[in-house]
Amino acid sequence: MNLLGKLDWNAVPLHEPIIMGATAGMVLIVVVVLGFITMKGAWLYLWRDWITSVDHKRIGVMYIILALVMMLRGFSDAIMMRAQQAVAAGGAQGYLPPEHFDQIFSAHGTIMIFFMAMPFVVGVMNFAVPLQLGIRDVAFPTLNSVSFWLTASGALLINVSLAIGEFSKAGWTGYAPLSELQFSPGVGVDYYLWSLQISGLGTLLAGINFVTTILKMRAPGMGYMRMPVFCWTALATNLLIVAAFPILTAALAMLLLDRYLGFHFFTLSGQGNQMLYANLFWVWGHPEVYILILPAFGIFSEVIATFSGKPLFGYRSMVAATMAICVLSFLVWLHHFFTMGASANVNGFFGVMTMIIAVPTGVKVFNWLFTMYGGRVRFSVPVLWSVGFMLTFVIGGMTGVLMAVPPADFQLHNSVFLIAHFHNVIIGGVVFGLMAGYNYWFPKAFGFKLDERWGKASFWCWFTGFYLAFMPLYLLGLMGMTRRMQHYDDLTWQPWLLVAMLGTVIILAGIACQVVQLVVSIRNRDKLRVGSDPWDARTLEWATASPPPAWNFAVQPRVSGIDALWSSKQRVLATKGESSPGRAYEPIEMPKNSATGFVTAFFAVVIGFAMIWHIWWMAGLGVFGAFVTLLALAFRRHAEFEVPAEQIARFERAHQAGVAA
Amino acid sequence: MNIAVAIDTVPQDTPPSVSETGPAPKRVVVAYGFWIFLLSDIIMFAALFASYAVLVRSTAGGPGGAQLFNQVTVAIETVCLLVSSYTCGLMSLAINSRYRLGTYLGAILTFALGAAFLTLEIREFSDMIARGATPERSAFLSAFFTLVGCHGLHVTLGLIWLVVMMVQVAVMGFVPAVERRLLCFSLFWHALDIVWVGLFTVVYLMGVSP
Repeated sequence: MNLLGKLDWNAVPLHEPIIMGATAGMVLIVVVVLGFITMKGAWLYLWRDWITSVDHKRIGVMYIILALVMMLRGFSDAIMMRAQQAVAAGGAQGYLPPEHFDQIFSAHGTIMIFFMAMPFVVGVMNFAVPLQLGIRDVAFPTLNSVSFWLTASGALLINVSLAIGEFSKAGWTGYAPLSELQFSPGVGVDYYLWSLQISGLGTLLAGINFVTTILKMRAPGMGYMRMPVFCWTALATNLLIVAAFPILTAALAMLLLDRYLGFHFFTLSGQGNQMLYANLFWVWGHPEVYILILPAFGIFSEVIATFSGKPLFGYRSMVAATMAICVLSFLVWLHHFFTMGASANVNGFFGVMTMIIAVPTGVKVFNWLFTMYGGRVRFSVPVLWSVGFMLTFVIGGMTGVLMAVPPADFQLHNSVFLIAHFHNVIIGGVVFGLMAGYNYWFPKAFGFKLDERWGKASFWCWFTGFYLAFMPLYLLGLMGMTRRMQHYDDLTWQPWLLVAMLGTVIILAGIACQVVQLVVSIRNRDKLRVGSDPWDARTLEWATASPPPAWNFAVQPRVSGIDALWSSKQRVLATKGESSPGRAYEPIEMPKNSATGFVTAFFAVVIGFAMIWHIWWMAGLGVFGAFVTLLALAFRRHAEFEVPAEQIARFERAHQAGVAA
Repeated sequence: MNIAVAIDTVPQDTPPSVSETGPAPKRVVVAYGFWIFLLSDIIMFAALFASYAVLVRSTAGGPGGAQLFNQVTVAIETVCLLVSSYTCGLMSLAINSRYRLGTYLGAILTFALGAAFLTLEIREFSDMIARGATPERSAFLSAFFTLVGCHGLHVTLGLIWLVVMMVQVAVMGFVPAVERRLLCFSLFWHALDIVWVGLFTVVYLMGVSP
C-alpha cells in the first residue's frame, strides 16, 4: 500500500519544456506576490480585512480579482491554440503535441466558464446587489465567504494540474465515454471533476444566498417592481443557479462513481448510457449560458439608463423578458446535440423553443435602443462596451437562431462555426457586459475612476480583435473545419486562421491596455478621486460614500419608486438642496469576521487533491478537518458586533463634508 | 452633479404592500434560505431519479428489481421513517415551548427510528451485494445504489446533525441561533421523508409491478 496513492515524481512533467516554463512562470509570480506582501508587512491586514472578511463588497472584489487572474490563464491557452492552428497546416505538426493541445482546449473552456465568467458574474452581483437593494449585507455573510473560498479552491486545483499530473483531455464538457476510465486513465479528468464539484458547491451556496437576499431583504418600500433591473437579472440568475447546478453535481458525481467505484452510468460495458451524460450536462449547461448572460443584461440596463440620463425604457417588459428567459432556458438543452438521433418531433420541439427564446432577448435590445433614443448619451467607457455589445450580440444571436434549425445544425454541429457562435455571444455579451460593469462600479468600490483613455483603447482593441478573431471561424466552419483540430491538411484554411491569430493578438493588446489602465488609475488615484455619485446615476448604491463603509448605509434607506436615488436627487433640487439637520444615528449590528470560509476551503483543497491522487487517508483527514471547522462555527457564541452610533455619525459627517467640498 | 442626498426622508403616505415591508426577521430569512437549499437538493434527487428511470431496464443480463426487492423490509423501513417524522414534529412542539426533556425525548426517538431505517437499508444493500447484485454488475444497479444510497447518505448526515444539535441544546440552551438550526433540521428531516415517498413509489412499487 502506497501512502501517497498514485502520486510520485513521474507526475511532474519535467520533460515538457512548455509546461515546465509555464509552471516556473506561475511559481515566480506567486513568489513575487508573496514577497511583496511580506515586504509591505501586509499579512495581518490581508488576513483581517480581506481573507476573513464577510463583507459582501470585499468578497465581490476578491471574486473579480480571481476572475481577472484566471482570465489571463485562460487567455494564454487561447493564444497558444490560435498559434498552433496558424502553423499546423499541411504536413506541419505545429509546436504542441496532440496530448498537450487536448489539455489546452479542455483547460481553456473549463477555466473561462467556471473560473473566469462565473466568479466575475458572482463578484459583480456580490458587490452591487446588496447596495442596490439598500441593505447592509447579504442574507448569510459567512456563507458568502465560504462560497468564495470554495470557488477559489477549484481554481487552485486547476492550476495545480499544470505542475502535478495533467489536465483533462476530454474537452470542457467531459463527454462520456471519452472521460471514462477506459479512455482517460490518467488523473486529468479527476482534476476536472473535483475542481468543478468543489467550486460548484460554492456557486450553489452563493445562489441560495442571493435568492434569499433578493426575495427577503430589500429596503423598506422596495417592492418587486421597484427593484433595479440588475437585481431582477441577478434574481433570475440565482434562481437558475439553484435549479441547474444540482444537476451538474449529480452528473459529475455519477461520472466520479464510474471512475472510482466501477459503476456503469455512462460506460460502454454494463449497458451504461452515454447520451444520459450529454443530456444531464446540458440540462445544467444551457441554463448556465443564461446564468452568465442575464447579469450582463442587467449591467447594460443600468449603464444605458444612467448614461442616457433617462429612466430605462419598458421596465416592465424588461422584467418580463428576464423572467421569461429564466423559464425558457430549461426547455432548449437538446439543441446542443440534435445529432443524438432523437426523433424529428423531439428535435423540432427543441428547435422551435430555441427560436422562441430569442424573442425576449430581442425585446431587451429594443428597450436599450429606445432608452438611448432621445437621451443625452455620454459616451464613457461603460457605454462603449454596451454599444459594442448590442452590435456584436445581435450577430451572435442570429447565428444561434440559424443553428436552432435542426437540418442546418446537422451541417454545422461540432464545426468551428459553433465555436464562432458561442464566442460571439459569450465575449460579445458576457465579457463586454462584465467590462462595462467593471468600469461602471469601480469608482464605487475604490473611490476613484478608471482612466478613460486606456479604457477606450482597451475597448477598441477588444472590439476589433474580436471580429478579426472570430468572423473567420464562421467561414471556416462553413468550409468544413471541425473544432479541436491539432493539425489539418487543407491549406485553404490557413489564411483565415492567420487572420484569427492576428485578432487574438489584438485582443491581447486590449488586455494589456486594461492592465495599464488599472496601474495608471491607481497611480493617479488622487486626480481621479470622485464623490458618491460620479456618473449621476439612478440607483441606491450611488447614495452612499465611495467606497462605502462596512455598514453600507448609515440609515436604512426608504424607497418610494423606481430609480430611488434619482427621485431623491430631484427632490433635493426642488428644495434648493437644503440639507437635513443633524440626524440621530443608531448603532448597527454587523456580522463578525470569520476564518470559516478560508479554513473550509483549505480542507476542500486537501480533499480534492487527495481524491485525485487516491490518497485515501488524506481525504479522510480533510473531511474530518472540514467537519471540525463547521462545528467550531456552530459553537461560536457571538456572531455579531455593534458599530457604535458615534462612529457612524463621525463617518457620515466626514462624508458630507467631502461631498460639499 | 454630486449632491448629498437624504434618502431616509421620503414621506410614506400609503401603507406599504407586503413586498415593501423591508428586510424580514432573521428567523424567516434563515428558514427561507434553507427552503431554497432543500429545493436544490430535491433537484439533485430529480436528476438521480431521471437517471434511474433511463437505466432501469439496462440490467445487462443481471437481476432486475423484481428479483431483488423485498417488500417487507422496505415496508418496515418506510414505517420507521414516516414515524420518525412524527416524532420529529413532537420534538418541534417541545422546542416551541422550550421544554428540554421533551426535546431530548423527541430527538432520541427520531434518532432511533432513523438509525433503524438505516440499519435495514444497509442490510438490504449487503444482502444484494452478497448475491452478486453489486453496483458494478449493471447500469440499473449503479443507478439503484446511487439513488437509494444518496437518500441513505442524507439520513446519515441528518443523524449526525441531530446529535450535534442535542449537544448544542445541552451546552448553549435555547438561544435563537440554536432554535433556528433546529427549525432547519426539522425541515430537512421532513424533506427526506418526501424524497423517500418518491423513492418507495418509483423504485420499489413500480420495480416489482409487472
